[in-house]
Amino acid sequence: MQDLDRILKDAINKIEESKDMDALSDIKVKFLGKKGELTSVLKSMKDLSAEERPKVGQMVNEARNNIQEKLDKKKEEFEKAILEKKLAGETIDVTLPGKASKIGHLHPNTSTLREVCDIFIGMGYKVVEGPEIEYDYYNFEALNIPADHPAKDEQDTFYISKDILLRTQTSSVQVHEMEKGELPIRMISPGRVFRSDEVDATHSPTFHQIEGLVIDKNITFADLKGTLQEFAKRLFGEDTRVKFRPHHFQFTEPSAEMDVTCFKCKGKGCRFCKGEGWIEILGCGVVHPHVLEMSGIDPEEYTGFAFGVGLERISLFKYEIDDMRLLYENDKRFLDQF
Amino acid sequence: MNTSFSWIKDYVPSLDCTAQEYMDAMTLSGTKCEGYKAFDANLDKIIVGKINKIEKHPDADKLIVCQVQIDENGTEVQIVTGAPNVKEGDKIPVVLDGGRVDGTHAKGAQEGGIKIKKGKLRGVESVGMMCSIEELGSDTNMYPDAAADGIYILSDNPDYKDAPVGSDAVELLGLHDVVFEYEVTSNRVDCFAMTGIAREVAATFDKELKLPDVKETGNDEDVNDYIKVSVEDSKLCPRYTARVVKDIKLAPSPEWLKRRLASVGIRPINNLVDITNFVMEEYGQPMHAYDLDTIGGKEIIVKTAKNGEKFVTLDGQEHELDDTMLMISDAEKSIGIAGIMGGENTMITDDVKTMLFEAATFDGTNIRLTGKKLGMRTDAQAKFEKGLDPENAIAAMNRACQLVEELGAGTVVGGVVDIYPVKREGVTIPFNADKINALLGTDIDEETQVKYLRKLDLDVDLANKEIHVPTFRQDLLRPCDIAEEVARFYGYDKIPMTLPKGAATSGGYSLKKIVENKALDAAVAYGFDEGMTFSFESPKVYDKLLLSENSPLRESIRISNPLGEDYSAMRRSAVGGMLTSLAINYNKRNKDVRLCEMANVYIPKALPLTERPEERMLLTMGMYGEGDFYTLKGIVDGIIGETGLNGKTVYKADCDTEFLHPGRRANVYYSDKKLAYVGELHPQVQKNYEIGERVYIAVIDISTVLELLEAEPQVRYEGIAKFPASTRDISLVMKDVILAGDVEEAIRKNGSSYLKNVELFDVYVDSKLGLGQKSLAYKLTFMASDRTLTDEEVNKSMDKIIAALEDMGVSLRK
Repeated sequence: MQDLDRILKDAINKIEESKDMDALSDIKVKFLGKKGELTSVLKSMKDLSAEERPKVGQMVNEARNNIQEKLDKKKEEFEKAILEKKLAGETIDVTLPGKASKIGHLHPNTSTLREVCDIFIGMGYKVVEGPEIEYDYYNFEALNIPADHPAKDEQDTFYISKDILLRTQTSSVQVHEMEKGELPIRMISPGRVFRSDEVDATHSPTFHQIEGLVIDKNITFADLKGTLQEFAKRLFGEDTRVKFRPHHFQFTEPSAEMDVTCFKCKGKGCRFCKGEGWIEILGCGVVHPHVLEMSGIDPEEYTGFAFGVGLERISLFKYEIDDMRLLYENDKRFLDQF
Repeated sequence: MNTSFSWIKDYVPSLDCTAQEYMDAMTLSGTKCEGYKAFDANLDKIIVGKINKIEKHPDADKLIVCQVQIDENGTEVQIVTGAPNVKEGDKIPVVLDGGRVDGTHAKGAQEGGIKIKKGKLRGVESVGMMCSIEELGSDTNMYPDAAADGIYILSDNPDYKDAPVGSDAVELLGLHDVVFEYEVTSNRVDCFAMTGIAREVAATFDKELKLPDVKETGNDEDVNDYIKVSVEDSKLCPRYTARVVKDIKLAPSPEWLKRRLASVGIRPINNLVDITNFVMEEYGQPMHAYDLDTIGGKEIIVKTAKNGEKFVTLDGQEHELDDTMLMISDAEKSIGIAGIMGGENTMITDDVKTMLFEAATFDGTNIRLTGKKLGMRTDAQAKFEKGLDPENAIAAMNRACQLVEELGAGTVVGGVVDIYPVKREGVTIPFNADKINALLGTDIDEETQVKYLRKLDLDVDLANKEIHVPTFRQDLLRPCDIAEEVARFYGYDKIPMTLPKGAATSGGYSLKKIVENKALDAAVAYGFDEGMTFSFESPKVYDKLLLSENSPLRESIRISNPLGEDYSAMRRSAVGGMLTSLAINYNKRNKDVRLCEMANVYIPKALPLTERPEERMLLTMGMYGEGDFYTLKGIVDGIIGETGLNGKTVYKADCDTEFLHPGRRANVYYSDKKLAYVGELHPQVQKNYEIGERVYIAVIDISTVLELLEAEPQVRYEGIAKFPASTRDISLVMKDVILAGDVEEAIRKNGSSYLKNVELFDVYVDSKLGLGQKSLAYKLTFMASDRTLTDEEVNKSMDKIIAALEDMGVSLRK
C-alpha cells in the first residue's frame, strides 16, 4: 500500500512540474498506461488474499481517477495558455481605417424636412403634396388674394401664362385638400416654391416651404399656439421658447409670426441672432372664413389654423450655414457634412 | 415707415417709456418695429459755447487758439482748432473734455463714437472741441444752416442765437430723439402715417391720443373763381380736392418743422415743399402743388392719357404714355401723371405767385400698374398704391392750408373744390364677445374687449351688438378681423397654448413619398450624396446635351417673366442640373463624386400651356471616378428592388438618349414597361461640361415605379429548398454582337421550371476564339422543391437550352 501512496504522490508531483503537453502524455503512459505503474500494482494483486483484493482494487481505481483528474486539469491549463499565446500573436491595429464602402448623405433640406414630417405625423398629420405649376386660382384667389393684390405682381411671381404660374407658396395645397371635402383635416404639405428673387446669400428663386393646415370643429387660436410650441420644442429642443407677434396674411385672420429663442444663445442674444435672442421662423394664423367658404366649408361650423415654414430658413439656422447658395451648388465637401 | 419719438409724442404727449420698451410693446401689439436709432447715442457733454477771443497759434499757420466760454458764469476753456469759419462772439457747439461725439468731420459717424480728451496741438493745450454738424452725427442736408466745411455757427441761426451759454446743445438741435423703423403690413394703410401709428401707440400704452386741431382757413374769396375741376373717370379718381394759395412767400421753414422732417430723414427745402412733405407723413396723404399761372384755361381735367402721348415729368424725364394711365390735365395739355409725379410744365419755381394744392384719391391698382409700366417709383406712388381713404384727402388738404397760414407762406383762398361723387361709408360688423373668445380660445370679458376696440376709434354700439368701422380702417370687414384687434391688445402672449381636441386622425406619408424616401435612402447607401438644383434652366442646355432639333426634351414650358434666359425653361430632365453640379465638383478637384437628386420634371400636354402640365418625379443620378457602367447598372437594380419591385429588370440597348454614349446606354424595363435608363455620358457632352473623367448617368422614373407597384404582388414566403440543387457550368462561343441579355433570355426560356438561377461568371475575348468572337460562361442552377433531380432530368433541360442557343448562333466552347 505504501507503494500506491508513493506512486500517487510521485504522479501528482510530476504533473505539477510538467512543462508542456508532451510531458503530460509521458506521465499518462508512465502511470496509467498498459505498462504503467498502477497497472503493475494491479498485476501484483494476484499475490493478495481474497479479502484484500477488492480493497486494493478500489484504492488503485481511486488513485487512477485522482491522477486522471489532475492530468485533465493540467491539460486544460496548458490549452488555455496556448490559446492565449495564439491570440496575443494575432493582435491587430484596431485604429487602422475601416474598409466599408462610403455611404452618401442626404441634403440638409431633406434631413430637416424628415424631422419636421416625423413631428407632425406623430400628431396625426398627413403629408400631402400638390402641383408645383399651378393655376392662379389655387395660388392666389382661393387664398383670399384678389386679382389686384400687390403680392400677385410679376415682380414676385413667375408666370407661364395669365392663369398658370409657378406656385409661390405651398398654401395652394390647402385648397386642393379642402376641396376634397373630407373633414377634419390635419395635414402638412412640403414642396418646392418659386419667387422671382435674384440669387444671393439669403435668396433663391427656388426654395421649399412646409404648409400646415388643421380644420375641425372648435379649433382656436390657442390651439395654433399650442401646436406650434410643441413643434418648436420637438425640433429645436425642450428648452425652446416661442413668441407670437401679430402679422398680416390674406388667408388667415388673426395672423401671427412666430419667433423661437435662438438655438445658439437660448435667448440671451448673440451674434447669430443679431443680439435679439429670437429668430423669426414661420407665419401662421386662423384660417380666414372666406377661404373656407370658397372651398365649400361652412365657417360657422368649422374653424382651423394654418402655418407656413421656410425649409431653407430652418436648415440654415439649424446647421449654421451662412450662405443659401451652398444648398444648390452640390459641392461634395458641403454635402458630406450632413 | 419711420417715425421719431418726438413726432409721436406730439400726438401722444403722455407717452413715457424707453426706446426699447416702445419697440417691444409696439411689435407685440402688431406694429412691427424693426429697430431704432438714438441720434444722441454717442453724444455726451456737448454744450452751447461762445468764442470770446481768437489768437493765432504760435507755431502753426493753419491753427487758431480760441478762448471759449462754457457757462453763464464766464468760465473759459482754451480750444485749438483748424476750422476756418469761426469768429469772436460766435456761439458754437462745444464738446467738453471727456465728452463724446458721433464721428469726425471728414469721415462721418464712427462705431461707438469718439471720446474727446484734452491734449496739446503743436505744443498748445486744447481742452475739448468745437463741433461741426457731422461730428454731431447729422449733416447739412438735415441742417441746411450748418457750415458745409467748418464749425456749426449756432448764432447765425435766428432760432438758436439766443440759446444760453452752457445749455445742452444736443437738446437745442433736437437730437435727443430716436427714430424707429417699422414693417407695416400691406393691409394697414392707415399706419403709413404718423397719426395712424400714434393711434396704435395710444392704444398699446393706454394713453390719450391728441390729433391735430385743424381750423378753418381761407380768405373771403372763392376758390371756384380761380379754378374749375372735372373728373372724367371717378372709378380711377374717387375724390379730387383742390385749394388755391396766393401771394406766396417762399422761405425756409421754422426750426420745429425742419426738425420734424429731419427726424425721419426728410431734407427740409422750403416752407411749401416742407408743408406737403409734413402732411404726407402726418396723414399719409400725398399732395401736389402746381403753379396756377401755368395751368391753361384755369381748368383741371382728370382723365386717361392718349396712347403714345409723350410727357415730361418734373425730374426732366420724358415718358411715353398709354390710355390706361390716369393724368391730370389742364384745358390744353397734360400737367401730371396722377399720383406719381407732376409735370415739368407746371412745377413750382422760385418765382411762383399763386399755386394750386391737390389732395386726391386714386385707384391703387391703376397707380401701381402705371408706375410699373413707366419704371417709376415715387414716395407719393408708394402711398397711393395701397388704396387711400378718400375721407383723409380733405383732412390733409385743410391741415396743409392751416400750416400755410401759420407759417405765413401765403394767403389761402376761401373754399375747397371737392369732386367726391360717391361718399365712402365705413362698414358695420356684428360684435359678439363670446364668439371672439371661442375663436381665440380665451376668456376676455366684453367690457375689456370693448375698451380695446374704442381705443382704436372703432364705434362700438353695444345696444345693437355691432361695430361701425371708420373709413381709415379698410382692413376691418368681418368678425375675425375684430377678433384680431382684441387679441392684439389683450396680448398674443397671454392667449393660452392648447392642443386641438376632437377626433384623432391617423397621419403618415403618402405612398409616393414613402417610395421616394426608400429610393433616396438606397441611393445614399450606395454612396450618392443628395443634391438639389433649380427647376428651371437655360434653353442653351439643349445644345450642350446634343439634343436634336426635334427632341421632345426641347419642348419645355417657358416662364414668361424669368430672371433671365438662364432660368427660363422648366426642365424636362434634371440631367443638365446634374452635370452642372458634377462639373462644379470636378472643377473643385473632388474625387469619386456620386450625386443624386429627387425632383420633378414638367411635361406639357400642349404648348403654349393651357392646362397644368404633368409633373413626373425622377431620381437622377450621376457619378464620375470609381465605378463604371456596370457599377451604376447594379446600383439601379438595387434601388429599383428597394422600392418594392422584386422581379427582374430587363436592360435593352434600344436607348436613344442623345447625351449618352451611343454604344453604352440602355433602357431599363420591368414587366415590359420602361422605368429607367442608364449609360455613360457622351464624350462630347462630357467635354461641353468640362468634366475630365467619364461620367455615368442613370434616371429612374419614380412615377412609373408607383404605377408598377400597383400591379406588384405581395411578397410571399416560398419555403427554403429541402433538396440539393444541381449546377452545370457552360462556356459558350458566339459573335461579339450577340447580347448577353439575349443569351440569358434564351437560357431561361428553355431551361424548364427547374432552372432556378442563371449566373454569368466570365466574359472572355481572345484571338484564339477567332476574330469578332467572344465567350460567355454561365453557371446554371436546377432544383425541384419535392425531390432531388436526376442527371437525366437536368440533361434534358440542358439539351433543350443548347439546341436553342445553337439556333441563335451560339455554340458550346470545345
